Amino acid sequence: MADPMRVRALEKDGTTEVKILMKHDMETGLRKDDAGNLVPAHFIQQVSVKHNDTEVLSAQFGTSVSKDPFLAFKFKGGAKGDKVIVSWIDTSGDKRTDEAIIA
Amino acid sequence: MDQGRRDALRISTVLGLAVAAGLFSSDEVAAEEWNKNAFDAKDFNGATKGMGAVGIAVSKDVIINAPDIAENGAVVPMTVSTALPNVQQIAILIEKNPNTLSANFTIPAGTEPSISTRVKMRQTSNVFALVKANGKWLMASKEIKVTLGGCGG
Repeated sequence: MADPMRVRALEKDGTTEVKILMKHDMETGLRKDDAGNLVPAHFIQQVSVKHNDTEVLSAQFGTSVSKDPFLAFKFKGGAKGDKVIVSWIDTSGDKRTDEAIIA
Repeated sequence: MDQGRRDALRISTVLGLAVAAGLFSSDEVAAEEWNKNAFDAKDFNGATKGMGAVGIAVSKDVIINAPDIAENGAVVPMTVSTALPNVQQIAILIEKNPNTLSANFTIPAGTEPSISTRVKMRQTSNVFALVKANGKWLMASKEIKVTLGGCGG
């Protein structure tokens, strides 16, 4: 089971700023472990951010997004108390969805 | 030809067509399929080709906000933004990484064309930010010096 994300959403003057910190190793498939064996690639491929039922951002990641990926962006139309829902899926098919209430 | 294999082929073809026709709803997260061609590409031309980015023009309207020197290539913070209207896509490409394309964002209407994230850089390299606005591809680049590579091996 994947570790939870940290999601913050803050509304100011009609614009909502979303900050997301995912918890994922983002293995490139090129790194070797201490024994000199290649660590298989394992990384988040797709991220979707929704406000209520509307997608406000979708992202595709390659191997070179940093470990524990961070994303920040802003969208218009969010109101305090609304939900922002973030989902990701990785190369193994693991998924994680977390949400935040807009403050 | 062996009959079992033929059947398997036929079934998989039918399933593929059904998915393409939207008969089966795909996964909620993976609304759009991960762009393997673009992400597997080893150079700028391959990555942009995979993204369908043609006629890319250098533009000073695309802004890359990132450090000139990254001490730790494993975590290089950057923001790509533009003041252009009708932005549909923002992508980050790193020329000298094993795979050039790092991330590709789809920007719906109502979302500001400004994305902050953190990427890995193997070595000092040009970083390219691509923006698709009004159907046209625009680009900016910035060299970031890396003192300690981040795709360690």
